[in-house]
Amino acid sequence: MRVQTKRALPVVAVAGVAIPSVSLAEWTINMSPGVTESSNQIFDLHMTILGICVAIGVVVFGVMFWSIIAHRKSRGHKPANFHENTVVEILWTIIPFAILVAMAIPATATLIDMYDASDAGVDIKVTGYQWRWQYEYVDEEFSFFSNLTTPTDQIQNRQAKDKNYLLEVDNPVKVPVGEKVRFLLTSNDVIHSWWVPALGVKKDAIPGFINEAWARIDEPGIYRGQCTELCGKGHGFMPIVVEAVPQEEYQTWVADQRAAAERERELTQKDWTRDELMERGESVYNTVCAACHQPDGSGSPPAFPALRGSAIATGDINAHTDIVVNGVSGTAMQAFGEQLSEVELAAVITYERNAWGNDTGDMVSPKEIMEYMSE
Amino acid sequence: MSAVADTHSQEHHHGPASGITRWLFTTNHKDIGTMYLIFSFTMFLLGGSMAMVIRAELFQPGLQIVQPEFFNQMTTMHGLIMVFGAVMPAFVGLANWMLPLMIGAPDMALPRMNNWSFWLLPCAFLILVSTLFMQGGAPNFGWTFYAPLSTTYGPPSTTFFIFAVHIMGISSIMGAINVIATILNLRAPGMTLMKMPLFVWTWLITAFLLIAVMPVLAGVVTMMLMDIHFGTSFFDASGGGDPVLFQHVFWFFGHPEVYIMILPAFGAISHIVSAFSRKPLFGYASMVYAVGAIALLSFVVWAHHMFTVGVPLTGQLFFMYATMLIAVPTGVKVFNWVATMFRGSLTFEAPMLFAVAFIVLFTIGGFSGLMLAIAPADFQYHDTYFVVAHFHYVLVPGAIFGIFASAYFWLPKWTGHMYDETLAKTHFWLSFVGMNLAFFPMHFLGLAGMPRRIPDYALQFADFNMVSSIGAFLFGATQILFLFIVVKCVRGGEKAPAKPWEGAEGLEWTVPSPAPYHTFATPPEVK
Amino acid sequence: MAQEQSYYVPEQSKWPIIATVGLGLTLYGVASIMVNAKQGESTTLSWLMFFAGALVMAYMLFGWFGSVIREGRAGLYSDQMDRSFRWGMSWFIFSEVMFFAAFFGALFYVRMFAVPWLGGEGDKATANMLWEGFQASWPLINNPDPEAFPGPKEVIGPWGLPFINTILLVSSSFTITVAHHALKAGNRQKLKLWLGATILLGLAFLVLQAEEYVHAYQDLDLTLSSGIYGSTFFMLTGFHGAHVTLGTIMLIVMFFRVQKGHFTEDSHFGFEASSWYWHFVDVVWLCLFVFVYII
Repeated sequence: MRVQTKRALPVVAVAGVAIPSVSLAEWTINMSPGVTESSNQIFDLHMTILGICVAIGVVVFGVMFWSIIAHRKSRGHKPANFHENTVVEILWTIIPFAILVAMAIPATATLIDMYDASDAGVDIKVTGYQWRWQYEYVDEEFSFFSNLTTPTDQIQNRQAKDKNYLLEVDNPVKVPVGEKVRFLLTSNDVIHSWWVPALGVKKDAIPGFINEAWARIDEPGIYRGQCTELCGKGHGFMPIVVEAVPQEEYQTWVADQRAAAERERELTQKDWTRDELMERGESVYNTVCAACHQPDGSGSPPAFPALRGSAIATGDINAHTDIVVNGVSGTAMQAFGEQLSEVELAAVITYERNAWGNDTGDMVSPKEIMEYMSE
Repeated sequence: MSAVADTHSQEHHHGPASGITRWLFTTNHKDIGTMYLIFSFTMFLLGGSMAMVIRAELFQPGLQIVQPEFFNQMTTMHGLIMVFGAVMPAFVGLANWMLPLMIGAPDMALPRMNNWSFWLLPCAFLILVSTLFMQGGAPNFGWTFYAPLSTTYGPPSTTFFIFAVHIMGISSIMGAINVIATILNLRAPGMTLMKMPLFVWTWLITAFLLIAVMPVLAGVVTMMLMDIHFGTSFFDASGGGDPVLFQHVFWFFGHPEVYIMILPAFGAISHIVSAFSRKPLFGYASMVYAVGAIALLSFVVWAHHMFTVGVPLTGQLFFMYATMLIAVPTGVKVFNWVATMFRGSLTFEAPMLFAVAFIVLFTIGGFSGLMLAIAPADFQYHDTYFVVAHFHYVLVPGAIFGIFASAYFWLPKWTGHMYDETLAKTHFWLSFVGMNLAFFPMHFLGLAGMPRRIPDYALQFADFNMVSSIGAFLFGATQILFLFIVVKCVRGGEKAPAKPWEGAEGLEWTVPSPAPYHTFATPPEVK
Repeated sequence: MAQEQSYYVPEQSKWPIIATVGLGLTLYGVASIMVNAKQGESTTLSWLMFFAGALVMAYMLFGWFGSVIREGRAGLYSDQMDRSFRWGMSWFIFSEVMFFAAFFGALFYVRMFAVPWLGGEGDKATANMLWEGFQASWPLINNPDPEAFPGPKEVIGPWGLPFINTILLVSSSFTITVAHHALKAGNRQKLKLWLGATILLGLAFLVLQAEEYVHAYQDLDLTLSSGIYGSTFFMLTGFHGAHVTLGTIMLIVMFFRVQKGHFTEDSHFGFEASSWYWHFVDVVWLCLFVFVYII
């Protein structure tokens, strides 16, 4: 499965260790070479530096263990008196330095490659949120959120965990095989980090700034990763799933996504019933809001207020809408007006006003949301 | 007049006062050293309990024991308590006890300030630990407290955390000033710099690092405070600031900080290896230069903690090269220790067991550090359990074993009794096994893809996590044995001579065991 | 005689534990004030705690320094002890230099990297995609998000009050040096005159700086929350002002000690330490003047 690299030195250095280490990777002891040229270059660097360290360790610890055995007082060994040797000291300063220089050369080449995100065929803006990822296909005008789908019952040990426990999402990122994909990473709130080991890509998602990363995936398949920067209580629960598919399949999918985005925009105009809104609202609530406000609306005061029986969810509709759309600055309540569609906003507000015994009988339509947001 | 006052103060050197006021008002370096060591061990057990909570939760996939919010408080507090409450105070305690003895000085240069440095620590930690009981919980953003998680999104207790850090910083800076003044000013006549014992050298350099970087930590927590309460935008791009600015300032402190946590151990290990090899330390001068080189380099490598934040290419390359370079002087030190042992006459009492384990296992930690230095490879290691493995290898068998080795080495001098050698060897072997079981599998977990600071994990990480937790429980439980050994030694045991270790050298071994309350009122002459 | 004198190790002292209690109360009080204020809760108890702590600190400062002064004047301190104090003060000043270095470092990073990147220049120009219409400049008048952080109308130019302040501080370094020489020559009158002048110059600096702050807040909309320019401006000048305040207090204490007849021609470390601190404060100002006001 290894992709041919152009770096002769690490290939030669690593050849003897490469094959067993690939199978070791299946036992999850070693890093996997991955499915991009970058990830393979990284793997080679990793195996090389590991090899060098092991070799030095064997020599140095070998000498030491020899001493421990042969130079014990209990064996009668008398202590020598030497305490310096300039030649030896110079040698064991220069030789490690030379090894490091040798190591730095392929490392530099790989880093230069990885920093060159130019001439990408696909641009995806990746935004980290607490606690999920949003993907926006910049030139295709559609975007979606990617949420963890592992059921709470599995996390709370009420149900057996399935194979992709904590590494499964509702909407994976689809990319074409063989094409350079550029990721533009940022965040809506705190620092997150986007990591897919198989691609050899890890880059921090920093609010207010954009980081670039890129990958050209050589093998079709599903590649899973996780957020790798502590971002709050949901840090362990915002995975990444990348699906690399052949070009044709990718193009079809893009067309479908564009159509779906168009349909969602049209749905705003439809006349929804309260039951329809409640159904959609429950699903939005459980995906987006329940993490903080709990599925039963009880929240975790004071940081995450209860919605069940709350003055806001049963009081003035405009005030409630304002909080959901614009957030509450200085707190963790985000401005969901930027994240959810008018349909989703209308649905979730309707749901919150009627669920868990709140029973206001109120209903907010997507059209009303659209008007509210245009004011 | 002054002559009268002089003899009066000389005659006033009775033994220690009695009762609690002895400890509150003492200016004696031995008393203060003892207090630091007791405080440090208490914090070690407290921080260790938090680690037990962490490893209990990570024993199996799923959330069994704590919820993620509390888990994040545990990881944060575990780190803060171990770094600032256990490791650093332990080394300061060793410095207080041993530096005046090693250089033939009557006490530290500024004994009252020395007392203040100590008592500020319980004060600071009272505040820090009290945050666990505040509304919103304790700090939950990792011991590295990156903004904006720690500013905009932090709990109310964050402000108390910031002031606790300020208090700890004041304690450290004053302590470091005391160490430098003591070493530069109070050495016995004839003890030139290049005749100083290695522990003195490493503490001199550590003190310099402390004075240079603790104020920078004060600066960054102050910027945090301003962002939280006064509407500044240091770490907020909408005002023209940058969250990464936090990381630069923090790690400018943070990287020298990790050398602060290991250099004193380097010094102590040099003494211990030489003593139990019955051979002079190999390459004294290069050991001194190596520590100096490490300290200097430590100022220019900080961004290797930030390889994934998007530092521009030139910067990234510079930090990669500078970081790789630190391996050279560090390697020189390891080679010198091995060369000291080579063709010596070795015995393996507890101090030497810990010292040998230090050399091997710290070096393994150093190797994983070298791997982390390779910036593109670090993209796969950063913020995974590979990093957790690395720093626990340099901190546990590094700093902590260094402290244990020192404690066993110097307990006879402190207490006048030999500790129980069999129990101590048991403590060593159980710690050694527990520690390796706990942390070696973390290398694999990181390479396999497990991120840091998560309370729950995917199924492929389950087996190694279980092994790691078992090792951690073993290691944790074993430290109770250490407490028992120390208490037993304080209370009694075989009488220790002035120099219980055949191969030991230095002024500290010329005074009786236990060392009298006041020593070297008149400085000795050093040839 | 100095070589035979042994190194003075004070016996038990209550001052350090009192200082701990004082500092703990003061800082816990400050933290409580800030947290309670932010949550809209009463800060009365917190202010009480803060004042109690500050009183304890004041008591401790008088007591501890008082002990040291008494011991020094009783001849208990050898030349070696004197050197300990000199090392101590020098390294303390170095630690303060590093504290300012952190803020200067932040200023440097923001001006060289963060703001240009946000404005679309340099290696991370992509940041500008998030801040349409934002243009990098320094001083930064229009922030990336002017709604969240309304920028200042204007900033303070170097050649008005700041220039006067520079003259004041540089002169004060000169006056304190003259005072020191006078002390060494045994001329108490001259010492008092020039030390007094230094204090007045320091006070004048503080008054002008306060005026500048009022002007910034009231007329220029230049505040702590004006964005990164305001943040760095006030943090650097603010901490500097705090250090000038501390330095002025030290000089005033020295002035009173001179009045009481303390210090001899060759033993006056308290004065020297205050003088070093004063020079340090002046040097920091010069750096501020160049890097915050001028360029």
